[in-house]
Amino acid sequence: MKISTLFYTLKQGFKSIFRNKWFSLASIATISACLFLFGLFYSIVVNVQHSVRVMEEDVCVTVFFYEDTTDARVAEIGDLIKVRMEVSEVVFVSREEAWQWAKDNILHEYADGFPTNPLEHYQNYKVYLSDVAMQDSLVGYLQSIPEVRLVNYSPLTASTLTGVNLVIAYVSLSIIVILLAVSIFLISNTVTIGISVRQEEIGIMKYVGATDFFVRAPFVIEGMLIGAIGALIPLEIIYLIYNKALGYVGGVFPNMTQKISFLSVEEVFSVLIPVSLIMGIGIGFFGSFNTVRKHLRV
Amino acid sequence: MSRKEEKRRKREQMIEENGLIFLDGVSKLYSAGAPALNGVTLHIKRGEFVFIVGDSGSGKSTLIKLLLRELTPSAGKVWVMGHDVAKLPHRKIPKFRRNLGIVFQDFRLLKDRNVYENVAFAQRIVEVPSKEIRRNVPNILATVGLAGKYKAKPKQLSGGEQQRVALARALVNNPSILLADEPTGNLDPKNSWEIMNLLEEINEAGTTVVVVTHNREIVNDMRKRVITMKKGVIVSDEEEGEYIDED
Repeated sequence: MKISTLFYTLKQGFKSIFRNKWFSLASIATISACLFLFGLFYSIVVNVQHSVRVMEEDVCVTVFFYEDTTDARVAEIGDLIKVRMEVSEVVFVSREEAWQWAKDNILHEYADGFPTNPLEHYQNYKVYLSDVAMQDSLVGYLQSIPEVRLVNYSPLTASTLTGVNLVIAYVSLSIIVILLAVSIFLISNTVTIGISVRQEEIGIMKYVGATDFFVRAPFVIEGMLIGAIGALIPLEIIYLIYNKALGYVGGVFPNMTQKISFLSVEEVFSVLIPVSLIMGIGIGFFGSFNTVRKHLRV
Repeated sequence: MSRKEEKRRKREQMIEENGLIFLDGVSKLYSAGAPALNGVTLHIKRGEFVFIVGDSGSGKSTLIKLLLRELTPSAGKVWVMGHDVAKLPHRKIPKFRRNLGIVFQDFRLLKDRNVYENVAFAQRIVEVPSKEIRRNVPNILATVGLAGKYKAKPKQLSGGEQQRVALARALVNNPSILLADEPTGNLDPKNSWEIMNLLEEINEAGTTVVVVTHNREIVNDMRKRVITMKKGVIVSDEEEGEYIDED
């Protein structure tokens, strides 16, 4: 193919958008609406998932030892816990740190009434989980260690978070699949109708001796451009809404932002931009490619 | 001799022996019912001007579609420019059609493009350099008398003018054969004659012209070869013939 033919084809693809402006507008609107819903839902889901993940990171199991356990044995047990696959982090809390914490958070000025450290035997490990669903298996292991006196944990928190995680995963996957299917159906239909109207044009080109490539290329370029524009519009809108929402929640409900962790715009859009563009351009490409093919047998 | 040259030589021999268009016992059945064409045999030599006439349903349009390789025959062979058109693979059809100029009753112009772009389009698809397109298109538009209207869109033109654009598009690549399917069907007598005169000039310049028409006056006045069809068969084929009344 000559360079001039390539440029001509590209030019025709651009021109077609304006020549068939109503079809182009309808297609862009459909793609935008579908990808807006997708983007909005994705932004919400990833934030909920992120918040649950942050909550999970705070879930820990506390391990206390019998009085006669030596410091060397405690350290040894600490090393054993660290290598477990359920464990993401182990923090050792010494007797002094435990007493300091109690003074700072519970006793305050009344702490002066204690001449010695009453928490002499309360050195412990705070064990953070890599996956909260594995809490039971870790607790079982810890309780089997003879020197361990007490394992403090919250089975309800762990099971709730695991349940929430599962529900989010299933619901979001289902909704994303449904949204994708509806988007592909709607967009393909719009592209199909738009191209079917121009069936005569395709027929004329074929009668004059145009190859399938020559006929199809401008339609495909047009479809991809429409897909790209249709993806960029909702991205821009979601970007504005997301920024506004972050600012609004932070300003009006400052306590909420301490408890719930929101992802930054960059984190959300680092995935949303390529996915939306691939969806928009991809649907534009395949929609026009397949629809034109049906009319090429002239 | 290379295979390509051998094929070309065979095509030339075929044209020499049987004409530029050769239908050999061609039948076309669409579905259950009477055949649209029934055992048609026909030779059209290089440089001829031929009218194909007949009532609706006589098989004229099917004949044109077979020549364009829009259809393939149910039986028999269709040879155009030495090609057995039924054997042409899909990818070779575009190149084959570039040697055929085609003009329809309803003009079939690209409505959203102006006169220049409609004609230039035929050159774009054969990858003629832009510089040559800028030279060729005004020349052919001048030939059909539309030099001053190159910027107009089809809807801004009269029927006669639109048919001239279609004619210019059909001729710009110097086709060997010009097929015209009811070219005057939507035109008044004055425009009809102007188009027919153009077709005659084109024929005199060496292009084989095949015109399907209902226009009795034109056929009778031009005194060209007339092939009359009825119910899918050729009922008459006369040099300097006349439009035969079906009744």
